[in-house]
Amino acid sequence: MVEAIIKPFKLDEVKEALTKAGVEGMTVSEVKGFGRQKGHTELYRGAEYSVDFLPKVKIQVLIADEKARQVVEAITTAARTGKIGDGKIFVTPVEEVIRIRTGEKGPDAI
Amino acid sequence: MGKAKRLWLFLSLSMVIAWMLMMRPVLAEEAAPQAAEPQGAAPQAAAPQAPAPKLPAYFTTTSPDPNKPMWPDPTGGNSGTWATPAGDAKGDIPDQLKLGDLYDRIAHNLYSINYVWVLVAGFLVMFMQAGFMFVETGLCRAKNSSHTAAMNLMIYPLGGIGFFIYGFAIGWGNWWNGPVPPGWYPSLGPGLSLLNSGFGLGAAVDAAGKATGAFTYGLFGTTGWFLNGAVNDVAVMVLFFFMMVFMDTTATIPTGAMAERWSWKNFCLYGLWIALPYCLYANWVWGGGWLAQGGVNWGLGHGAVDFAGSGVVHAMGGIIALAGAMAIGPRIGKYDSQGRPLAMPGHNVPMVVLGTFILAFGWFGFNPGSTLAGTDLRISYVVVNTMLASFTGALFAMFTLWAKGFKPDSTMMCNGMLAGLVAITAPCAFVDPWAAAVIGAVAGVLVVLSVFFWEARGIDDPVGAISVHGVNGLWGVLSVGIFANGAYGAGWNGVVREGMVKLYGSDGVRGLLYGDFSQFVMQAIDGVVVVVFGFVMAYVWFKLSNLITPIRVSKEVELEGLDGPEMGVLGYPDFQLHPSGQKLVE
Repeated sequence: MVEAIIKPFKLDEVKEALTKAGVEGMTVSEVKGFGRQKGHTELYRGAEYSVDFLPKVKIQVLIADEKARQVVEAITTAARTGKIGDGKIFVTPVEEVIRIRTGEKGPDAI
Repeated sequence: MGKAKRLWLFLSLSMVIAWMLMMRPVLAEEAAPQAAEPQGAAPQAAAPQAPAPKLPAYFTTTSPDPNKPMWPDPTGGNSGTWATPAGDAKGDIPDQLKLGDLYDRIAHNLYSINYVWVLVAGFLVMFMQAGFMFVETGLCRAKNSSHTAAMNLMIYPLGGIGFFIYGFAIGWGNWWNGPVPPGWYPSLGPGLSLLNSGFGLGAAVDAAGKATGAFTYGLFGTTGWFLNGAVNDVAVMVLFFFMMVFMDTTATIPTGAMAERWSWKNFCLYGLWIALPYCLYANWVWGGGWLAQGGVNWGLGHGAVDFAGSGVVHAMGGIIALAGAMAIGPRIGKYDSQGRPLAMPGHNVPMVVLGTFILAFGWFGFNPGSTLAGTDLRISYVVVNTMLASFTGALFAMFTLWAKGFKPDSTMMCNGMLAGLVAITAPCAFVDPWAAAVIGAVAGVLVVLSVFFWEARGIDDPVGAISVHGVNGLWGVLSVGIFANGAYGAGWNGVVREGMVKLYGSDGVRGLLYGDFSQFVMQAIDGVVVVVFGFVMAYVWFKLSNLITPIRVSKEVELEGLDGPEMGVLGYPDFQLHPSGQKLVE
């Protein structure tokens, strides 16, 4: 499974790139977090406040092992702005996949 | 249970007091049944044959038939139509019309124009409540949105019922005996002559030694409790309505400054109380009281001049907001451990902007409606001045933010526009358009500096109410004494000085730039009075009411948000709320 945390406004581009790469489904969540930059400060009515957790989008894509490299590349290209806060990609093995409707298991369920 | 009992005791006590107050004029009525006899629209048979009227009776309080008093006039039939051939203003028979009948039509139309103008302007002012709701709720956090919006809903009925029970009587019950220029007649008709008893120092007596109802120093009125039968008149109803919606503005200002921590029950008590300080001070400036009489008594300009209420409505509301914010204390998390202010961003900025526009729109009723006459063509100046001040207020708030190195914060620019409107409210009829622009510009600068000033001193005002209404209300009151150009307001508050008439042709309201320094002194006195009186009344009230039911919600409720625990209804039940990266410090 490939999980990627990206900038929210990059979601459409990433989705398109993944579709082109043959990905048939994905899960998207709105998340908040921070990395090495530790958020940033803003001013509201003259008073400073720190935004510790920046809004991000997390996508989860489940694909067959051999496609992982291609998917990671698609996400990297599409989500990159070159500036701080572009996000991260995690690739992890999945123990089991089950399609709820049919009960299919393994690669058939992807 | 103890709290509930105390609340119950308080409510029953106030009911008893209200009932006692109501009884007084009823007794007075019984003593003088003539004055209270309701007068229908019955035709006065002799009138059509009368020659052209001298001064038509509908401009005076004298009835042509001493046995049939014209006021109170519950249908309006006496306001310029008593002499129609049909007698009921429903139709004319052309060949029976006489020249004198023409005067009736003209007088009736004049009153009609003024009624419609004041009522429609009042409808706009009433709708400003929606503007306040949007501004205040938008500047609060989502977890308190239902509570803040509900305060803006309920202050309208709570304040209004207090105004109905005792406020109107205190504020306007002696309106008729206020100082007026010679030859003056009321724009809403002589029915207002029913508002003719009050209390003050130095009571005037007539030849028979009977009190006339006029005082050297008027303190409050005493006619019209519960709008009882003694004021059963169409003109009184117009005045009541218009003045009520004005008070609503004052009443809703503190709900912003005290938002996100005010307990609902304490707020309800406040809603019933607000008419007391408001109407007392309104009586002094607008109801013919001692500040309005400052010109006649002390030779200070035209007495306190406050056209539409920078002082009466806004400064009063802002000062009460200040006392309230001090009494209730800052929100949890507003200041860090070193006492530095932290931001608590409002949850919906477009809502704040929408509210600002509703208020700016409502102000076109607030200011020009305060002529109490659509036939007073000065309304066009009032409208233009009001608009210009709102422009420069918003612009100079933006410039000030830039000058201080900030981005043009949307909510501060809203505050700037409102500050300009608040400041121009008192001088709007008396100043040139360029002066209106200057007054608004100063307000725009003041409001930004003021927000930072109070915040740095530990006074937490989530919406900027103290700065917008209090500080700029005072600036508006003072600005009359600076920029009023003498073109309007001849004889205002009964002041006609021969020297001024000789010098300028008429004695209009003049500020120090136009040759009347005494007006500025009077405006300064007025400003000091509203600050001291408003603050003391409000601070004592908040401390006292805190003993009846606590002013502030518990820490747990405040952290959770007031919507659930206080109202039982969440502003946004379908959303999970995040405290926008806010660090909560104790």
